[in-house]
Amino acid sequence: MKLTKTLMATTALTVAGVSVQAQDMADSMTLVSWGGAYQKSQVNAYAAPYQAMHEGLEIVWDESSAEAVAKLRAMDEAGNVTWDVVDVVAADALRLCDEGLAMEIDPDEHLAPAPDGTSAEDDFGDLLVGDCFIPQIVYSTTFGYRTDMVPDGVEPPNDICDVFDLETYPGKRSLEKRPINNMEWALLCDGVAKDEVYDVLATEEGQQQALDKLDTIKDDVIWWSAGADTPQLLADGEVFMGSTYNGRLFSVIEEQDQPVAMMWDAQVFDLDGWIIPANLPEDRLARALDFIYFATDTQRLADQAKWISYGPARKSSAPLVGQHADLGIDMAPHMPTDPENAKNTFLYNYEFWADYRDDIDAKFQAWLAQ
Amino acid sequence: MSDTTETTESGPVLSADGTPLKRSLRRALRAQKMRALALIAPLLIFVLVTFIAPIADMLFRSVENQIVSNTLPRTVVALQDWDADSGELPSPEVYEALYDDMFLAAEAKEHTRLGTRLNYEQTGISSLFRSTGRGVDDIGEDHVDALEDLDEAWEDEAFWYTLMTGGEGAEPNTALLEEQRRRLADLTSDSFAGEIGFVPGQAISELLPQTARAYTAFALFTVIADEDVVAEEEPWEAVKVALIQDLKAGADVAGYDGPGAAELVAAQQMVADLPPIDFKAAFLAEDEDWGAIENWKTIQVYSPEFTSGYFLNAVDMQKGPDGPEARPENQQIYIMLFQRTLFMSLVIMGSCILLGYPIAYLLSNLPVRTANLLMILVLLPFWTSLLVRTSAWKVMLQQQGVINDTLVWLGIVDDASRLVMINNQFGTIVAMTHILLPFMILPMYSVMSTIPPSYVRAARSLGATNWTAFWRVYFPQSVPGIGAGSILVFILAIGYYITPEIVGGTTGTFISNRIAYHISSSLNWGLAAALGSILLAAVLILYWAYDKIVGIDNVKLG
Repeated sequence: MKLTKTLMATTALTVAGVSVQAQDMADSMTLVSWGGAYQKSQVNAYAAPYQAMHEGLEIVWDESSAEAVAKLRAMDEAGNVTWDVVDVVAADALRLCDEGLAMEIDPDEHLAPAPDGTSAEDDFGDLLVGDCFIPQIVYSTTFGYRTDMVPDGVEPPNDICDVFDLETYPGKRSLEKRPINNMEWALLCDGVAKDEVYDVLATEEGQQQALDKLDTIKDDVIWWSAGADTPQLLADGEVFMGSTYNGRLFSVIEEQDQPVAMMWDAQVFDLDGWIIPANLPEDRLARALDFIYFATDTQRLADQAKWISYGPARKSSAPLVGQHADLGIDMAPHMPTDPENAKNTFLYNYEFWADYRDDIDAKFQAWLAQ
Repeated sequence: MSDTTETTESGPVLSADGTPLKRSLRRALRAQKMRALALIAPLLIFVLVTFIAPIADMLFRSVENQIVSNTLPRTVVALQDWDADSGELPSPEVYEALYDDMFLAAEAKEHTRLGTRLNYEQTGISSLFRSTGRGVDDIGEDHVDALEDLDEAWEDEAFWYTLMTGGEGAEPNTALLEEQRRRLADLTSDSFAGEIGFVPGQAISELLPQTARAYTAFALFTVIADEDVVAEEEPWEAVKVALIQDLKAGADVAGYDGPGAAELVAAQQMVADLPPIDFKAAFLAEDEDWGAIENWKTIQVYSPEFTSGYFLNAVDMQKGPDGPEARPENQQIYIMLFQRTLFMSLVIMGSCILLGYPIAYLLSNLPVRTANLLMILVLLPFWTSLLVRTSAWKVMLQQQGVINDTLVWLGIVDDASRLVMINNQFGTIVAMTHILLPFMILPMYSVMSTIPPSYVRAARSLGATNWTAFWRVYFPQSVPGIGAGSILVFILAIGYYITPEIVGGTTGTFISNRIAYHISSSLNWGLAAALGSILLAAVLILYWAYDKIVGIDNVKLG
């Protein structure tokens, strides 16, 4: 008894001056992200200011987001989850939630309200997909094209169906080596109305219709699997137009000054954000939640747009988006969510693809290999 | 005396200490063997633990399918008697069992995992399970409300606790507790061992079997998973639904005199006036897909603990109602990929032999100084990152790349019709031949450098031409090097996936690309394991065939 008291007193003395909250939080944290310019924007906007606030905190970055679901599952099976906060796309967050690998989030408890007092739930709105996902940015998969390869006397491409028009716009295209997005675009350009795309795609005939449409350009397509492929193919002049993430195109156009332009038509919105692995030890969980609360507040989300052209997921962050930190250009017109760019958009249908992903992918891959 | 002498003479030879020599020798040898074993033990254990065991575990997943019977144990049993070809939906009992299983699975958040698993076989089950998990606690809502309106005791956690323990000193039913422990452990793959401060009473479990089972599962889950106290938590809706079912089934509550007897009698009278809970209609209202026979077929077909489904899938087949059947043509891909992988690996191996042999020959016949310098040129790319070398080939081979530019500049190729040399089989073969070439050259070189030059000289002095001397004398001695190099290159090539992924396009990808996809993207580890097992078996068979035809003793690494 006496010993316990002495110990407690000593501990109290040691931690005097340090906030009580900090005492039961882990002093090291592993963040998982995508690497490259995107991770850099997170370091600048979230991690560095957070570390400045918490002296002695060590942040380890792991660039494994692309395989996050598989790795987290393996870690969980091995009983040793070493990650604290993981950046994943919304579809993966949904799967992690389904697998019981991600923690469920209560937006109003775990996330900061907007500066004007709007609750986090309302501020994020529809973007809170699934029970475990903490949205961070809105990005889009869209097309870029070489301005110097547009044939003389022809309008530059500005319609998604120009991708399928080899006569007016001859040249190679690069498309992602998976059915998602490509199937939707193919149907759109085969006369299917926008709000019927998924109903059609749910049928055997609809899937065949989409593949038949893709078949018309198959010989002129280079299929990519990494986000960096299309920018490189465009920069080398290997392809005339190609799909990729809008932030990648921004850096090709604005940072590397290549003769490339954006074609925003029928861009597909998708979300990227954080999840916290399920069943973390208490001290690490406290640290992860504290970081999340800070890193997803209105100002921090707006700050990230200084380094990368992805739209903040909070409504309240949009007016705060300023200029690029190095280039000094206004970022708002480069956001996928800018009204000028978002005249015709699509939102990734998570429920649909969670169900049909395996089935359609099997058909798509068989079609590709033919 | 004479007996002893006889034995000694005709018996076994003895060593100095009188034990038979044979035994003593064996002991000495055994000690030696043990010492040798102890010396290699660290490596042996290391290999077993870090290499063999994970591979075995991974391969086991290709047949393992316990998740269905662990998550829906009662449904699987109830579904056994259902005739899938009858064209009718399963009986109401199946839906009732499904409610019981689904409720617990949803509490443990395991239902979506099963949904993902079954979605590999039947599109749509993933969202079916997800949406049902959300709504399952509304099933039987009206009945539960009626029960709670009748008597507030049914919302009282302490009343429930006393009811289910049977009061102080009641005979406990530990068998039921252990049974539910196992069920939860199977469901969650966590341990549910430990004291929970609750044991169901024997009398009440006999009177209300379903209720006792549901409450015990609730108690275990509350204490071990949620870390709460049983007596302070109100039971799940599923427990109350189970009670209503028990009462409806005509439990003899009149003859019961334990705690809560009066409330039970009142409840049974009230319940008698209510219509039975229609689980089937409730599930169909949750999601109409519960009325789709296909979904039930899938659950039934995949209910055994082990399945051949993954292996069938891996060879473009599927489980049909009458045994295995071919997949629809527009989904067949794996057989073609296996063939392509084998064919391209052979081509790559062949081109490595063609390119590697002259180099190895040159290296082993040059003066040591020059040979060492050339050796560095062989090894230099070997030390460079695989990704760098693959990306370099991209720069070389693409249509706006170095080779095409040169050809156009030389006027050999027209600017409009540049050669397509990448994102197809050709690109993969070129890049992989380059990457794997050192694995061919090194064993060839080490074998060739042991061939005495005097043999060829002797052949020549006996009148052989250069070609005859090479072909009849030198070449046969270099075959073990070719064999070793070929095995190395072929086995490495068959499992390659990064290079084909980057330069292979659609026609130059390997089966390993699909394995990687199923491991890291689709998370269909069972299928990935099945594909991997087949690949492993193919390699072992080829190795065996090689041993039969060429002889593995003929392989030398130096």
